[in-house]
Amino acid sequence: MFYREAGQFKTTYGSDEAIFPIVQDRWFVIAAIAFAVLVVPLFAGQYLYTEVLIPVLILSLAAIGLNILTGYCGQLSLGTGGFMAVGAYAAYNLALRVPEVNLILVFLFGGLMSMLVGILFGVPSLRIKGFYLAVATLASQFFLEWAFARIKWFTNYAPSGSVAVGPIELFGIPINSPERKYLFVFILVAVLALTAKNLVRSRVGRMWMAMRDMDIAAEIIGIRPLHAKLSAFAVSSFYVGVAGALWGFFRLGSWEPLAFDVNRSFQILFMVIIGGLSSILGSFLGAAFIVLVPIFLNQLPGWLGVGLSTATISHLEFMIFGAMIVFFLIVEPRGLARLWAIAKEKLRLWPFPY
Amino acid sequence: MTRTNFGAVLVALLGGIAFAAPAAAQNEQFIPHLVYRTGAYAPNGIPFANGVADYYRLVNERDGGINGVKIVYEECDTGYATDRGVECYERLKGKGPTGAAYFIPLSTGITFALTEKAPVDKIPIISMGYGRSESRDGSVFQWNFPLLGTYWTAADILIQHIAKIEGGMDKLKGKKIALVYHDSPYGKEPIALLTKRAQLNGFETMFLPVTHPGVEQKATWLQIRQNKPDYVLLWGWGVMNSTAIKEAVAVGYPREKMYGVWWSGAEPDVRPAEDGAKGYNAVMLQHGAGQFKLHEDLKKFVYDKNNGTAKWDETGEILYVRGAINGMLGIEAIRTAQKRFGNKPMTGEQVRWGIENLDLSADRLKQLGFEGVLKPIKVSCADHEGARTGRIQTWDGKNWKVSSDWYTADEAVVAPMVKETAAKYAADKKIAPGCLTN
Repeated sequence: MFYREAGQFKTTYGSDEAIFPIVQDRWFVIAAIAFAVLVVPLFAGQYLYTEVLIPVLILSLAAIGLNILTGYCGQLSLGTGGFMAVGAYAAYNLALRVPEVNLILVFLFGGLMSMLVGILFGVPSLRIKGFYLAVATLASQFFLEWAFARIKWFTNYAPSGSVAVGPIELFGIPINSPERKYLFVFILVAVLALTAKNLVRSRVGRMWMAMRDMDIAAEIIGIRPLHAKLSAFAVSSFYVGVAGALWGFFRLGSWEPLAFDVNRSFQILFMVIIGGLSSILGSFLGAAFIVLVPIFLNQLPGWLGVGLSTATISHLEFMIFGAMIVFFLIVEPRGLARLWAIAKEKLRLWPFPY
Repeated sequence: MTRTNFGAVLVALLGGIAFAAPAAAQNEQFIPHLVYRTGAYAPNGIPFANGVADYYRLVNERDGGINGVKIVYEECDTGYATDRGVECYERLKGKGPTGAAYFIPLSTGITFALTEKAPVDKIPIISMGYGRSESRDGSVFQWNFPLLGTYWTAADILIQHIAKIEGGMDKLKGKKIALVYHDSPYGKEPIALLTKRAQLNGFETMFLPVTHPGVEQKATWLQIRQNKPDYVLLWGWGVMNSTAIKEAVAVGYPREKMYGVWWSGAEPDVRPAEDGAKGYNAVMLQHGAGQFKLHEDLKKFVYDKNNGTAKWDETGEILYVRGAINGMLGIEAIRTAQKRFGNKPMTGEQVRWGIENLDLSADRLKQLGFEGVLKPIKVSCADHEGARTGRIQTWDGKNWKVSSDWYTADEAVVAPMVKETAAKYAADKKIAPGCLTN
């Protein structure tokens, strides 16, 4: 009843090709964006910005990147952390060495560098698949981590190997308050997410999905694996690279290669799996789940006034979080995005059961 | 649980967010502490956190707070992870009537991250014996206080000690000194100083990184066996230390030739290696192990009332004592600030002034129960370190024994490096160096 698309006729090519062909979806997205840009700044405090919204948005972007590669094109990757590092260090070096460059270009440069590295490490995917590819991308993770820890030029010869970004500004406006950082990150993520949403239903996206579902069949109907796989690696690494640069500039401010270690790769892979493979919305849900649930569990005893020791709280956090992951995977192996899809089905039929 | 029940619980949980922090009393000083009681580094994180907690408790019980201002203390577990540390910082910085007094990150990585935030939030960072070595320069790092010693101080003292054993600085020529380090900003800090010293004194260096958490060091020690360095310096933390000592035993490298930094010289580092650790040395952050005058009060006011965080036998351990020292320095800084601003809870900005003007004489340290543990310390804007001395201790299989005289880091070597690196940082971050006056 709430979600019925009956009667929505597509009378132009434009309406047929819209990113969100269903009116309710379109309004939902517009409302969500308007809420995030106009309403959130009215009430959000610093903690909400820097520890909840900004990390979730940035990691969602990384999860979208990995989802393009793993969810849509079926190429399992464990190198996400490394590609994020490429984005972060490329952006850092550009901002450091050519300070007059516009901030948006800095992030795009981070994405582009990551894209080049991604294509390079994507080449083996033409010959190897599945778990073997996962191991090959794992090698890229270790190589990139090693490179940023050892090649001094990347870190501007800092004695400790840790880099720090200077003041950030866009068109002369300093981006120094959490609110400005949030708005910048939000707009960039929103634009990139909508682009991704559009991309995955285009010819390229369908090419990826064909490659994922059965590569030989895809080849027979005329899809070139070289194009399909490498373009997936390129787009995916671009997104991941931009996310890495944002993570460095807006989340950390100062970082070391350890911030992008293999645990980061796993964290983002878990976001994609829990959120839902081949779903842009799932990337957001997965990132929110993985980032926020541990923080929530950690603070819960304090809110409830239960006096537990710091160590007990931490251990409980790990146990409950682990149990929740198992629970969600049993209840809905296709991820949180699938739960949302089921909810939509129900809304469509409500109040009738069938 | 039925579906509606589950929903009700969920709503109740989410509702919890709405009614958060209870109202704080006005005459309280809020002091947060980032700890790690879990994770790979917990064996070292726990005693330190206990020492800090017990000292605050002692001040509350014995003196009724700092000049009548009660200490309210909250821990947040970081697991030594930088992003969790930053989350804890954001969570705790605004609590209490005046916000957080200062932060003790106990992680070089978290210290680096908070260095960017401290000037904005106006909360000082006390990184006692860790953090950026150049943060000693208070005109650039106005909010950082690497009290008692930086890694450059530690490395310089170790080189001086090795030179003394060899019979003079000129005897270092042609020697080979290896550094086995935790591959993080923490472990990399001494490299700059060792490189400089190597140029000055003509010894060879060998830098061997060990990846976090440091349980896999076979390849590193194989290299040491092949290259036979004259000395091995160890810059490890947590399980990496005991693993390094065990590997040294395995490849037959003499433990007498191994020197750890003060974070590689506590009981949890040597005990797992048992007899193998005998002869292993470490530089001391001034203090050693054992119970001293302070412990009489700790026993009387905290442990006899069953309020202690640790077990009584553990209170003489090196990291516990270090925690107590860190707690004391923080409290004395607040006291210093109160002398100027009045006996009420201090803001972070006022505490910063207090730390920068901290001046603990030998008499005052004796009064506080720290005689023989610490030397006098005097902090100033030009010197956020306050003291640059240390000794060497040796593990005899059961206890840590002090095995050398006092050394002081050579300012002729360290000071120009601090100046140069701090200036570079200021230029990168576009900071105009200068001392804050309030």
